Amino acid sequence: MVKLTIPEEEYMLPGHVACQGCGATIAMRYLLKALGGKTIVSIPACCWAVIPGVYPSRTLEVPLLYTAFETTGASISGIRAALDMMGDTETTVVGFAGDGGTADIGLQSLSGAVERGENVIYVMYDNEAYMNTGIQRSSSTPAGAWTTTTPGGSKKEWKKRPKKSVIEIMIAHDIQYAATLTVSYPEDFIKKVKRAMEIKGPKFLQVLSPCPTGWKSDPAKAVELARLAVQSRVFPLYEFDHGKYKISMKPKQVPVREYLKPQGRFRHLTDEEIETIQMHTDEQWEILLAKEKFTNELYK
Amino acid sequence: MSYLDEIPITPIADKPSTANRTGTWRTFRPIIEYEKCTRCMICWKFCPDVAITLENGGEYEATNDKIKQMVDKAPVIDYVHCKGCGICANECPVNAIQMVKEG
Ligand SMILES: Cc1ncc(C[n+]2csc(CCOP(=O)(O)OP(=O)(O)O)c2C)c(N)n1
Ligand code: SF4
Ligand code: SF4
Ligand SMILES: [Mg+2]
Repeated sequence: MVKLTIPEEEYMLPGHVACQGCGATIAMRYLLKALGGKTIVSIPACCWAVIPGVYPSRTLEVPLLYTAFETTGASISGIRAALDMMGDTETTVVGFAGDGGTADIGLQSLSGAVERGENVIYVMYDNEAYMNTGIQRSSSTPAGAWTTTTPGGSKKEWKKRPKKSVIEIMIAHDIQYAATLTVSYPEDFIKKVKRAMEIKGPKFLQVLSPCPTGWKSDPAKAVELARLAVQSRVFPLYEFDHGKYKISMKPKQVPVREYLKPQGRFRHLTDEEIETIQMHTDEQWEILLAKEKFTNELYK
Repeated sequence: MSYLDEIPITPIADKPSTANRTGTWRTFRPIIEYEKCTRCMICWKFCPDVAITLENGGEYEATNDKIKQMVDKAPVIDYVHCKGCGICANECPVNAIQMVKEG
Protein backbone atom coordinates (compact mmCIF):
# COMPACT_ATOMS: atom_id res chain seq x y z
CA MET A 1 0.00 0.00 0.00
CA VAL A 2 1.01 3.53 -0.60
CA LYS A 3 -0.80 6.81 -0.03
CA LEU A 4 -0.53 9.09 -3.02
CA THR A 5 -2.13 12.48 -3.49
CA ILE A 6 -2.20 12.24 -7.30
CA PRO A 7 -3.07 9.29 -9.59
CA GLU A 8 -0.36 6.64 -9.88
CA GLU A 9 -0.90 5.82 -13.57
CA GLU A 10 1.61 7.31 -15.99
CA TYR A 11 0.79 8.23 -19.58
CA MET A 12 4.14 9.89 -20.26
CA LEU A 13 7.25 7.74 -20.68
CA PRO A 14 10.80 8.31 -19.47
CA GLY A 15 13.41 9.03 -22.15
CA HIS A 16 11.79 12.12 -23.61
CA VAL A 17 14.29 14.76 -24.62
CA ALA A 18 13.15 17.89 -22.77
CA CYS A 19 15.84 19.86 -20.94
CA GLN A 20 16.71 18.95 -17.36
CA GLY A 21 14.04 20.26 -14.99
CA CYS A 22 11.57 21.24 -17.73
CA GLY A 23 8.27 22.40 -16.22
CA ALA A 24 6.35 21.75 -19.45
CA THR A 25 6.96 18.01 -19.08
CA ILE A 26 5.69 18.00 -15.49
CA ALA A 27 2.60 19.81 -16.81
CA MET A 28 1.97 17.10 -19.42
CA ARG A 29 2.55 14.35 -16.87
CA TYR A 30 -0.09 15.75 -14.49
CA LEU A 31 -2.51 16.61 -17.29
CA LEU A 32 -2.60 13.02 -18.54
CA LYS A 33 -2.74 11.57 -15.04
CA ALA A 34 -5.96 13.54 -14.64
CA LEU A 35 -7.40 12.92 -18.13
CA GLY A 36 -6.56 9.23 -18.35
CA GLY A 37 -6.01 7.08 -21.42
CA LYS A 38 -9.11 8.04 -23.41
CA THR A 39 -7.54 11.24 -24.64
CA ILE A 40 -6.27 12.67 -27.92
CA VAL A 41 -3.69 15.44 -27.71
CA SER A 42 -2.96 17.94 -30.45
CA ILE A 43 0.33 19.85 -30.32
CA PRO A 44 1.56 22.65 -32.59
CA ALA A 45 5.15 23.75 -33.16
CA CYS A 46 6.69 24.33 -29.71
CA CYS A 47 9.13 22.57 -27.38
CA TRP A 48 6.57 19.83 -26.89
CA ALA A 49 6.74 19.02 -30.59
CA VAL A 50 10.36 17.92 -30.14
CA ILE A 51 10.19 16.60 -26.57
CA PRO A 52 8.87 13.15 -27.68
CA GLY A 53 12.21 12.57 -29.41
CA VAL A 54 13.49 12.10 -32.95
CA TYR A 55 11.11 10.24 -35.27
CA PRO A 56 9.91 7.49 -34.74
CA SER A 57 10.22 8.09 -30.97
CA ARG A 58 7.03 8.75 -29.00
CA THR A 59 6.66 9.56 -25.33
CA LEU A 60 2.90 9.61 -24.73
CA GLU A 61 0.69 6.59 -24.21
CA VAL A 62 -2.18 8.42 -25.91
CA PRO A 63 -2.49 9.57 -29.54
CA LEU A 64 -0.67 12.81 -30.27
CA LEU A 65 -1.31 14.77 -33.45
CA TYR A 66 1.22 17.35 -34.60
CA THR A 67 -0.37 20.40 -36.11
CA ALA A 68 0.77 23.71 -37.62
CA PHE A 69 1.81 26.48 -35.24
CA GLU A 70 -1.32 28.63 -35.58
CA THR A 71 -3.93 25.87 -35.76
CA THR A 72 -4.33 24.20 -32.35
CA GLY A 73 -7.84 25.56 -31.84
CA ALA A 74 -8.93 24.50 -35.33
CA SER A 75 -7.29 21.09 -35.07
CA ILE A 76 -8.97 20.15 -31.79
CA SER A 77 -12.30 21.36 -33.20
CA GLY A 78 -11.80 19.02 -36.17
CA ILE A 79 -10.80 16.03 -34.07
CA ARG A 80 -13.84 16.58 -31.85
CA ALA A 81 -16.13 16.80 -34.88
CA ALA A 82 -14.71 13.57 -36.32
CA LEU A 83 -15.17 11.73 -33.00
CA ASP A 84 -18.74 13.01 -32.76
CA MET A 85 -19.42 11.72 -36.28
CA MET A 86 -18.11 8.34 -35.15
CA GLY A 87 -20.36 8.41 -32.11
CA ASP A 88 -17.42 8.59 -29.69
CA THR A 89 -18.45 10.80 -26.81
CA GLU A 90 -15.98 9.35 -24.27
CA THR A 91 -12.68 10.54 -25.68
CA THR A 92 -11.39 13.88 -24.40
CA VAL A 93 -9.79 16.15 -26.99
CA VAL A 94 -7.10 18.44 -25.70
CA GLY A 95 -4.90 21.02 -27.37
CA PHE A 96 -1.52 21.57 -25.72
CA ALA A 97 0.29 24.65 -26.97
CA GLY A 98 2.97 27.06 -25.80
CA ASP A 99 2.48 30.70 -24.96
CA GLY A 100 3.72 31.81 -28.37
CA GLY A 101 1.34 29.36 -30.02
CA THR A 102 -1.51 30.58 -27.82
CA ALA A 103 -1.10 34.25 -26.95
CA ASP A 104 0.31 35.23 -30.36
CA ILE A 105 0.07 33.08 -33.46
CA GLY A 106 -2.76 30.73 -32.45
CA LEU A 107 -4.97 33.29 -30.77
CA GLN A 108 -7.44 33.60 -33.66
CA SER A 109 -7.83 29.85 -33.93
CA LEU A 110 -8.35 29.49 -30.18
CA SER A 111 -10.78 32.40 -30.13
CA GLY A 112 -12.78 30.82 -32.95
CA ALA A 113 -12.99 27.45 -31.20
CA VAL A 114 -14.11 29.01 -27.93
CA GLU A 115 -16.64 31.31 -29.58
CA ARG A 116 -18.15 28.37 -31.48
CA GLY A 117 -18.45 26.51 -28.19
CA GLU A 118 -16.36 23.48 -29.18
CA ASN A 119 -16.29 20.71 -26.59
CA VAL A 120 -12.54 20.66 -26.03
CA ILE A 121 -9.87 21.44 -23.46
CA TYR A 122 -7.17 23.91 -24.43
CA VAL A 123 -4.00 23.94 -22.35
CA MET A 124 -1.57 26.81 -22.70
CA TYR A 125 1.75 25.78 -21.18
CA ASP A 126 3.20 29.13 -20.43
CA ASN A 127 6.99 29.29 -20.26
CA GLU A 128 6.78 32.98 -21.11
CA ALA A 129 8.75 33.04 -24.38
CA TYR A 130 9.39 31.20 -27.65
CA MET A 131 11.75 28.68 -26.10
CA ASN A 132 12.01 26.07 -28.82
CA THR A 133 13.48 28.57 -31.29
CA GLY A 134 15.90 30.08 -28.78
CA ILE A 135 14.10 32.35 -26.30
CA GLN A 136 12.36 35.13 -28.24
CA ARG A 137 9.83 37.31 -26.42
CA SER A 138 6.13 36.54 -26.75
CA SER A 139 3.17 38.64 -25.66
CA SER A 140 3.12 36.39 -22.57
CA THR A 141 6.67 37.33 -21.56
CA PRO A 142 6.46 39.44 -18.38
CA ALA A 143 7.70 43.03 -18.22
CA GLY A 144 11.31 43.24 -17.12
CA ALA A 145 12.39 39.95 -18.65
CA TRP A 146 15.44 39.43 -20.79
CA THR A 147 14.96 37.41 -24.00
CA THR A 148 17.11 37.32 -27.15
CA THR A 149 14.74 39.83 -28.79
CA THR A 150 14.55 41.99 -25.64
CA PRO A 151 18.27 41.81 -24.91
CA GLY A 152 18.67 44.58 -22.35
CA GLY A 153 22.14 46.06 -22.38
CA SER A 154 22.97 49.73 -21.82
CA LYS A 155 19.78 50.85 -23.59
CA LYS A 156 17.74 48.70 -21.20
CA GLU A 157 15.88 47.07 -24.05
CA TRP A 158 14.34 44.29 -21.99
CA LYS A 159 10.61 43.73 -22.30
CA LYS A 160 8.65 46.83 -21.32
CA ARG A 161 5.05 45.86 -22.02
CA PRO A 162 3.25 43.80 -19.38
CA LYS A 163 2.33 40.15 -19.86
CA LYS A 164 -0.85 39.74 -21.90
CA SER A 165 -3.48 37.89 -19.91
CA VAL A 166 -4.83 35.14 -22.14
CA ILE A 167 -7.10 33.77 -19.42
CA GLU A 168 -8.84 37.14 -19.19
CA ILE A 169 -9.27 37.11 -22.99
CA MET A 170 -10.90 33.70 -22.62
CA ILE A 171 -13.17 35.00 -19.88
CA ALA A 172 -14.17 37.82 -22.23
CA HIS A 173 -15.47 35.04 -24.54
CA ASP A 174 -17.97 34.11 -21.83
CA ILE A 175 -16.20 30.76 -21.50
CA GLN A 176 -17.74 28.40 -18.95
CA TYR A 177 -14.52 27.30 -17.35
CA ALA A 178 -11.01 28.75 -17.29
CA ALA A 179 -8.28 28.32 -14.70
CA THR A 180 -4.65 28.99 -13.92
CA LEU A 181 -2.49 26.08 -12.78
CA THR A 182 1.14 25.37 -12.13
CA VAL A 183 3.47 22.44 -11.62
CA SER A 184 4.25 23.05 -7.96
CA TYR A 185 0.66 22.31 -6.90
CA PRO A 186 -0.12 18.91 -8.46
CA GLU A 187 -3.27 18.26 -6.41
CA ASP A 188 -4.77 21.62 -7.39
CA PHE A 189 -3.66 20.94 -10.99
CA ILE A 190 -5.44 17.60 -11.16
CA LYS A 191 -8.56 18.91 -9.47
CA LYS A 192 -8.91 21.64 -12.09
CA VAL A 193 -8.37 19.28 -15.03
CA LYS A 194 -11.03 16.96 -13.59
CA ARG A 195 -13.40 19.89 -13.19
CA ALA A 196 -12.77 20.84 -16.84
CA MET A 197 -13.66 17.29 -17.89
CA GLU A 198 -17.10 17.58 -16.26
CA ILE A 199 -18.10 20.54 -18.39
CA LYS A 200 -19.38 20.33 -21.96
CA GLY A 201 -18.01 23.13 -24.11
CA PRO A 202 -14.67 24.89 -24.35
CA LYS A 203 -12.36 24.90 -21.34
CA PHE A 204 -9.13 26.86 -21.04
CA LEU A 205 -6.25 26.06 -18.70
CA GLN A 206 -3.17 28.27 -18.39
CA VAL A 207 -0.23 26.48 -16.81
CA LEU A 208 2.83 28.40 -15.66
CA SER A 209 5.69 26.10 -16.74
CA PRO A 210 9.15 27.09 -15.55
CA CYS A 211 11.83 26.74 -18.21
CA PRO A 212 15.34 26.61 -16.73
CA THR A 213 16.88 27.16 -20.18
CA GLY A 214 14.94 30.31 -21.01
CA TRP A 215 14.60 31.66 -17.50
CA LYS A 216 18.33 31.17 -16.86
CA SER A 217 17.59 29.39 -13.62
CA ASP A 218 18.79 26.26 -11.83
CA PRO A 219 16.87 23.19 -13.11
CA ALA A 220 16.61 21.96 -9.50
CA LYS A 221 14.60 25.09 -8.65
CA ALA A 222 11.94 24.70 -11.35
CA VAL A 223 9.20 23.50 -9.02
CA GLU A 224 10.29 25.93 -6.31
CA LEU A 225 10.07 28.85 -8.76
CA ALA A 226 6.53 27.90 -9.75
CA ARG A 227 5.66 27.89 -6.04
CA LEU A 228 7.27 31.31 -5.54
CA ALA A 229 5.33 32.66 -8.54
CA VAL A 230 2.10 31.78 -6.73
CA GLN A 231 3.24 32.89 -3.29
CA SER A 232 4.47 36.23 -4.63
CA ARG A 233 1.13 36.65 -6.46
CA VAL A 234 2.96 37.09 -9.77
CA PHE A 235 0.93 34.12 -11.01
CA PRO A 236 -2.15 33.69 -8.82
CA LEU A 237 -4.00 30.39 -9.02
CA TYR A 238 -7.67 30.88 -9.70
CA GLU A 239 -10.71 29.51 -11.48
CA PHE A 240 -13.43 31.16 -13.49
CA ASP A 241 -16.36 28.77 -13.23
CA HIS A 242 -19.67 29.74 -14.82
CA GLY A 243 -19.23 33.43 -14.18
CA LYS A 244 -17.67 33.23 -10.75
CA TYR A 245 -14.04 33.87 -9.94
CA LYS A 246 -12.55 31.69 -7.25
CA ILE A 247 -9.00 32.23 -6.03
CA SER A 248 -7.59 28.75 -5.33
CA MET A 249 -5.18 29.79 -2.61
CA LYS A 250 -4.27 32.96 -0.81
CA PRO A 251 -0.87 32.10 0.61
CA LYS A 252 1.13 34.41 2.81
CA GLN A 253 2.68 36.95 0.47
CA VAL A 254 6.31 36.59 -0.51
CA PRO A 255 8.03 39.70 -2.01
CA VAL A 256 8.36 39.49 -5.82
CA ARG A 257 12.09 39.89 -5.36
CA GLU A 258 12.25 36.33 -3.98
CA TYR A 259 10.73 35.06 -7.22
CA LEU A 260 12.79 37.26 -9.55
CA LYS A 261 16.18 36.84 -7.84
CA PRO A 262 16.89 33.19 -8.75
CA GLN A 263 16.20 33.87 -12.44
CA GLY A 264 18.97 35.13 -14.70
CA ARG A 265 16.41 36.67 -17.06
CA PHE A 266 15.65 39.31 -14.38
CA ARG A 267 19.23 39.78 -13.17
CA HIS A 268 19.61 43.28 -14.69
CA LEU A 269 16.67 44.78 -12.76
CA THR A 270 17.43 47.61 -10.33
CA ASP A 271 15.75 47.98 -6.94
CA GLU A 272 13.41 50.65 -8.34
CA GLU A 273 12.44 48.43 -11.25
CA ILE A 274 11.70 45.56 -8.90
CA GLU A 275 9.61 47.95 -6.82
CA THR A 276 7.60 48.84 -9.95
CA ILE A 277 6.96 45.13 -10.59
CA GLN A 278 5.92 44.74 -6.94
CA MET A 279 3.42 47.60 -7.28
CA HIS A 280 1.98 46.19 -10.49
CA THR A 281 1.66 42.73 -8.89
CA ASP A 282 -0.12 44.16 -5.85
CA GLU A 283 -2.54 46.10 -8.07
CA GLN A 284 -3.35 43.02 -10.14
CA TRP A 285 -3.99 41.04 -6.96
CA GLU A 286 -6.39 43.71 -5.68
CA ILE A 287 -8.24 43.62 -9.01
CA LEU A 288 -8.51 39.84 -8.78
CA LEU A 289 -9.83 39.99 -5.21
CA ALA A 290 -12.41 42.56 -6.33
CA LYS A 291 -13.50 40.36 -9.26
CA GLU A 292 -13.91 37.41 -6.92
CA LYS A 293 -15.99 39.43 -4.51
CA PHE A 294 -18.10 41.07 -7.21
CA THR A 295 -18.90 37.95 -9.24
CA ASN A 296 -19.72 35.90 -6.15
CA GLU A 297 -22.16 38.55 -5.00
CA LEU A 298 -23.65 38.89 -8.48
CA TYR A 299 -24.25 35.16 -9.01
CA LYS A 300 -25.12 34.20 -5.43
CA MET B 1 -1.38 5.66 -59.38
CA SER B 2 -1.29 2.61 -57.17
CA TYR B 3 1.97 3.62 -55.44
CA LEU B 4 0.01 6.34 -53.67
CA ASP B 5 -1.79 3.65 -51.72
CA GLU B 6 1.52 2.58 -50.21
CA ILE B 7 2.34 5.99 -48.77
CA PRO B 8 0.99 6.31 -45.23
CA ILE B 9 -1.57 9.10 -44.86
CA THR B 10 0.53 10.46 -42.05
CA PRO B 11 3.84 9.27 -40.55
CA ILE B 12 3.28 7.49 -37.27
CA ALA B 13 5.89 7.49 -34.51
CA ASP B 14 5.54 4.33 -32.46
CA LYS B 15 8.89 3.64 -30.81
CA PRO B 16 8.64 4.26 -27.05
CA SER B 17 11.04 6.96 -25.87
CA THR B 18 12.24 4.62 -23.13
CA ALA B 19 14.84 3.53 -25.71
CA ASN B 20 16.53 6.94 -25.30
CA ARG B 21 19.18 6.65 -22.60
CA THR B 22 18.81 10.18 -21.23
CA GLY B 23 20.72 9.18 -18.09
CA THR B 24 23.91 9.85 -20.05
CA TRP B 25 23.10 13.59 -19.85
CA ARG B 26 23.60 13.56 -16.09
CA THR B 27 26.42 15.41 -14.33
CA PHE B 28 25.00 14.93 -10.83
CA ARG B 29 23.47 11.70 -9.61
CA PRO B 30 20.63 11.80 -7.07
CA ILE B 31 21.12 9.24 -4.33
CA ILE B 32 18.31 8.41 -1.94
CA GLU B 33 19.29 7.66 1.64
CA TYR B 34 16.66 5.07 2.47
CA GLU B 35 17.32 5.34 6.21
CA LYS B 36 16.21 8.98 6.11
CA CYS B 37 13.44 8.61 3.48
CA THR B 38 9.91 8.70 4.96
CA ARG B 39 8.29 7.31 1.76
CA CYS B 40 6.23 10.49 1.28
CA MET B 41 6.80 10.08 -2.50
CA ILE B 42 7.14 13.81 -3.04
CA CYS B 43 10.22 13.17 -5.22
CA TRP B 44 8.17 10.77 -7.37
CA LYS B 45 5.46 13.37 -7.71
CA PHE B 46 7.69 16.12 -9.11
CA CYS B 47 10.13 14.21 -11.35
CA PRO B 48 9.85 15.68 -14.89
CA ASP B 49 11.36 12.55 -16.39
CA VAL B 50 9.16 9.89 -14.79
CA ALA B 51 12.48 8.50 -13.59
CA ILE B 52 11.33 7.60 -10.09
CA THR B 53 9.22 4.50 -9.72
CA LEU B 54 7.44 3.09 -6.69
CA GLU B 55 8.88 -0.30 -5.88
CA ASN B 56 7.88 -2.92 -3.36
CA GLY B 57 9.76 -3.83 -0.17
CA GLY B 58 12.86 -5.99 -0.48
CA GLU B 59 16.04 -4.01 -0.17
CA TYR B 60 14.00 -0.80 -0.03
CA GLU B 61 11.82 -1.83 2.90
CA ALA B 62 11.66 0.82 5.60
CA THR B 63 13.48 0.01 8.81
CA ASN B 64 11.25 2.37 10.77
CA ASP B 65 8.21 0.34 11.95
CA LYS B 66 5.81 3.25 11.80
CA ILE B 67 6.65 3.93 8.16
CA LYS B 68 6.62 0.22 7.35
CA GLN B 69 3.06 -0.09 8.61
CA MET B 70 1.87 2.79 6.48
CA VAL B 71 3.69 2.15 3.17
CA ASP B 72 5.30 -0.94 1.73
CA LYS B 73 6.70 0.87 -1.28
CA ALA B 74 9.74 3.05 -1.80
CA PRO B 75 10.84 5.56 -4.47
CA VAL B 76 13.56 4.10 -6.68
CA ILE B 77 15.53 6.11 -9.23
CA ASP B 78 15.83 4.84 -12.78
CA TYR B 79 19.38 5.90 -13.66
CA VAL B 80 18.97 4.93 -17.31
CA HIS B 81 16.63 7.90 -17.74
CA CYS B 82 17.22 10.31 -14.81
CA LYS B 83 18.83 13.48 -16.21
CA GLY B 84 20.05 14.68 -12.82
CA CYS B 85 17.99 17.88 -12.75
CA GLY B 86 17.98 17.86 -8.93
CA ILE B 87 14.28 18.66 -8.47
CA CYS B 88 13.80 15.54 -6.33
CA ALA B 89 16.65 16.55 -4.00
CA ASN B 90 15.39 20.14 -3.84
CA GLU B 91 11.82 19.11 -3.02
CA CYS B 92 12.52 16.30 -0.53
CA PRO B 93 11.22 17.64 2.81
CA VAL B 94 13.70 15.64 4.92
CA ASN B 95 16.81 16.09 2.73
CA ALA B 96 17.08 12.38 2.05
CA ILE B 97 18.38 12.86 -1.50
CA GLN B 98 21.96 13.94 -2.17
CA MET B 99 23.24 15.08 -5.55
CA VAL B 100 26.65 13.50 -6.08
CA LYS B 101 28.95 14.40 -8.99
CA GLU B 102 29.19 11.59 -11.55
CA GLY B 103 32.72 10.28 -11.49
C1 LIG C 1 4.14 29.33 -38.88
C2 LIG C 1 5.37 29.07 -38.11
N1 LIG C 1 6.14 30.10 -37.71
C3 LIG C 1 7.26 29.87 -37.00
C4 LIG C 1 7.63 28.59 -36.66
C5 LIG C 1 8.89 28.36 -35.88
N2 LIG C 1 8.66 27.99 -34.49
C6 LIG C 1 8.61 26.70 -34.10
S1 LIG C 1 8.41 26.52 -32.46
C7 LIG C 1 8.42 28.19 -32.22
C8 LIG C 1 8.32 28.77 -30.84
C9 LIG C 1 7.16 28.30 -30.05
O1 LIG C 1 7.01 29.04 -28.88
P1 LIG C 1 5.90 28.66 -27.82
O2 LIG C 1 4.61 28.50 -28.49
O3 LIG C 1 5.97 29.65 -26.71
O4 LIG C 1 6.36 27.23 -27.31
P2 LIG C 1 7.76 26.87 -26.59
O5 LIG C 1 8.75 26.59 -27.65
O6 LIG C 1 8.15 28.02 -25.73
O7 LIG C 1 7.50 25.65 -25.78
C10 LIG C 1 8.55 28.87 -33.45
C11 LIG C 1 8.63 30.32 -33.59
C12 LIG C 1 6.79 27.52 -37.10
N3 LIG C 1 7.07 26.25 -36.79
N4 LIG C 1 5.68 27.79 -37.81
S1 SF4 D 1 13.61 25.04 -23.59
FE1 SF4 D 1 12.40 25.18 -21.72
S2 SF4 D 1 10.34 24.50 -22.22
FE2 SF4 D 1 11.72 23.85 -23.86
S3 SF4 D 1 12.28 21.72 -23.31
FE3 SF4 D 1 13.84 23.10 -22.46
S4 SF4 D 1 13.15 23.55 -20.38
FE4 SF4 D 1 11.41 22.70 -21.49
S1 SF4 E 1 17.30 14.25 -10.58
FE1 SF4 E 1 15.52 14.98 -11.77
S2 SF4 E 1 15.29 13.42 -13.39
FE2 SF4 E 1 16.56 12.50 -11.80
S3 SF4 E 1 15.13 11.40 -10.46
FE3 SF4 E 1 15.46 13.45 -9.55
S4 SF4 E 1 13.77 14.69 -10.37
FE4 SF4 E 1 13.90 12.85 -11.69
MG1 LIG F 1 6.82 29.36 -24.83
